[in-house]
Amino acid sequence: MKFFKNKTLRFWLISLILPLALLGAWKGADLLGMLKPYTMPKPESVIDTAVELAAAGKLHVHVLSSILLVLKGFLLALAAGLILGVLIGLSKRIEAFFELTVQIFKPIPPIAWIPLAILWLGIEDKSKLYIIFLGALFPILLNVISGIKNIDRKYFELAKVYEVPGMKLIFRVVLPGALPEIMTGIRVGLGNAWVCVVAAEMIASVTGVGYLLTYGRSLSRPDMVILAMLLIGIIGKVMDDGLKFVSKMLTKWNNGEEALVR
Amino acid sequence: MSDKVIIKNLNKSFPGNNGQLRVLSDINLSIQEGQIVSVIGGSGCGKSTLLRILAGLDTDYQGEVLFDGKPVTKPTREKGIIFQDHRLLPWLTAEENIRFSLPGDVPDKNALIQHYLDLVGLAGFEKTYPKQLSGGMAQRVAVARALANKPKILLLDEPFGALDAITKISMQDELLSIWDKEPITMVLVTHDIDEAIYLGHRVVVMTPRPGRIKGIYDVELNIPKSRTGLDFIKIKEVVFQEFFGASGSPFIYNI
Repeated sequence: MKFFKNKTLRFWLISLILPLALLGAWKGADLLGMLKPYTMPKPESVIDTAVELAAAGKLHVHVLSSILLVLKGFLLALAAGLILGVLIGLSKRIEAFFELTVQIFKPIPPIAWIPLAILWLGIEDKSKLYIIFLGALFPILLNVISGIKNIDRKYFELAKVYEVPGMKLIFRVVLPGALPEIMTGIRVGLGNAWVCVVAAEMIASVTGVGYLLTYGRSLSRPDMVILAMLLIGIIGKVMDDGLKFVSKMLTKWNNGEEALVR
Repeated sequence: MSDKVIIKNLNKSFPGNNGQLRVLSDINLSIQEGQIVSVIGGSGCGKSTLLRILAGLDTDYQGEVLFDGKPVTKPTREKGIIFQDHRLLPWLTAEENIRFSLPGDVPDKNALIQHYLDLVGLAGFEKTYPKQLSGGMAQRVAVARALANKPKILLLDEPFGALDAITKISMQDELLSIWDKEPITMVLVTHDIDEAIYLGHRVVVMTPRPGRIKGIYDVELNIPKSRTGLDFIKIKEVVFQEFFGASGSPFIYNI
């Protein structure tokens, strides 16, 4: 199998060096007696906390509630970003209509919306969903637009020659043509959504990894804080890997294979 | 035979730095049904512009361009085009590329697609992406795509210009054998004199600045056509002289 080819294996081995070295340094500092439990726990106590929370049935509740929230907000943003992006990408007039508004709203960080979101939508999931939606929307929207604008005009000319109707044009030319850039937008968008859920949960929530983090802080339990941080990092990476895989599957036609026949 | 295409007093200008730049000047040409007409000229003679006007891709001109007696106003499936680049959608397989071009109401699309892929000698490559095909094969898919739409005329814009010499020759022969089976009207724009004479029943010679028709020659070659016979060389010399002038001809033929 390709995956286990030497180069890939070597790459993975090299990428493991730094995390293991950090872990070693952490443990080393512990053995030298440099760590105080109330500022920096030892590595094992983070694992103990994870096991303890998992055994109490709390760990997966926090993780799942964050992931579910992110997926909801992300899917809403994906739908909105695709529809709006296609309209803006294909029509100069619609682009002009939205241009200024998008430019002004884009630089506002999604977490800056938290106060208003809580006032308008309460402290329940709705306000968090809104923050996540905003966080994912802009990267997706902007990449859909630029992806469509970068499609070679000659394909639109081809579609004209064959009298291809509008919907077929969108699904056969516009979306596949913009797909590489759309996938970039989706990956950035999901990453942003994940950052936003943590931020929103830290401010008002009773579940989720962001809540776990603030809860750990209020109990003065750095082991819980570090556990929450590691969870955030690892889940974020796994989600991105999933999207990378999807992206590769969807753009198979572009995988730089040699011509079969010359 | 009737006239499939009639071009009358066609003029075309592009806006340039110093006012309008004339690219086509007073073009008059009739193309009979079932004929292959080659249009040959150097770069900038407006031959590709002429083809785009015929295709309906460029409608900003003065004069009259009639197809089946009606003015050309937009591209339609009746007018098949082969571009210099194969222009296959890279994200669709050979088969899907042809399916993409077909109208919704065609019965038994699969059989139709298969028929034309077989016709261009690409049976077995249905599921192949353009990136995995050689230039010649990709161009054959483009030919199959155009033919599957049953065009009444085929417009070819330097279709083999990007191919190597050997592939080019075999593609030219295949085009002729396709024409033998389905004698469809064709207009071929090229800058290759041999190709123009070998494929065309008539050769239209154009000169640049502004693009105008300098001469039209009937090619009466024996069938099957030959690339090296006496008739071929004779016509080639005539076309050569048309291009470079009797005195300026860089070659001397001793026939």
